[in-house]
Amino acid sequence: MRAAVVIFPGTNREGDMVAALRRAGATDVSLLWHKETALPAVDLVVLPGGFAFGDYLRAGAMAAHSPIMREVVAAAHRGVAVLGVCNGFQVLTEAGLLPGALLRNAAMRFVCRDVHLKVETSNSAFTGGYNAGQVIRVPVAHNDGNFSADRETLARLQDEDRIAFRYCDEAGAANDNPNGSMDCIAGILSESRRVLGMMPHPEDATDPLQGGTDGRGLFEGLVRALQ
Amino acid sequence: MKALVHVTLKPGVLDPQGQAIAHALGSLGFSGVRDVRAGKYLELDLEGDDRAAAEAAVEEMCRRLLANSVIETYRFEIRS
Repeated sequence: MRAAVVIFPGTNREGDMVAALRRAGATDVSLLWHKETALPAVDLVVLPGGFAFGDYLRAGAMAAHSPIMREVVAAAHRGVAVLGVCNGFQVLTEAGLLPGALLRNAAMRFVCRDVHLKVETSNSAFTGGYNAGQVIRVPVAHNDGNFSADRETLARLQDEDRIAFRYCDEAGAANDNPNGSMDCIAGILSESRRVLGMMPHPEDATDPLQGGTDGRGLFEGLVRALQ
Repeated sequence: MKALVHVTLKPGVLDPQGQAIAHALGSLGFSGVRDVRAGKYLELDLEGDDRAAAEAAVEEMCRRLLANSVIETYRFEIRS
């Protein structure tokens, strides 16, 4: 699988992302500066976490208009898989590739801890490595992760099986929401199911040294699906 | 010319910052504050003196970057 990891000024999770992709067997992983105007031939584009452009104006707002994003949007419309994690998810909503928006955490605090996620659907290249209903443990680290969308959008996401992950407790019950997200939503898919945005960091749970390996399923599933 | 742009969260969108400010005002003894909505104020210094063109341009700026229409609304005035 060929993957490109995009870097904006202020991105800081690209190293973990590249390592996670390589651990899962991706052999051709390159870094791509946001000022590039051409996307190499890849099967996957990743927007990793960080604080692109210092979160000025709104988290992800500036990055969404970076030169490379025109190519990323075009590639997504051609069916190239696009993964946005944390700040990458914020960029994807600002770029219009995913619906909704990520507001300030309800408790007004940066939240940095492990959370449990329920895999809501295994029907995508990103979640095919898991079983629907499975509970995984991965970390979150964000200030603006409070997913918000209008009622109509929420109903559509639900009806079209596009909610990929929900925050839950260890047993899978919906009573541990770290940021106030509507319907405990932690990650959503595009209509084409080829774009995933999620606030938690699966790349930071891919090696026992990181304290867990539950994030591996996402990357191994991706490599299998996009090989 | 200047464009004075106000961007605020739509009614109904949770505003944790506004809530925290309301709470702090209460702690300071200012009673009677029902609700606070926090927003952004931007001042744009514009070239030229074509008011209609400026209005159209700022409208487009708000739509494409300054506000996120999913959660925010905007209003602006042009001042010479």
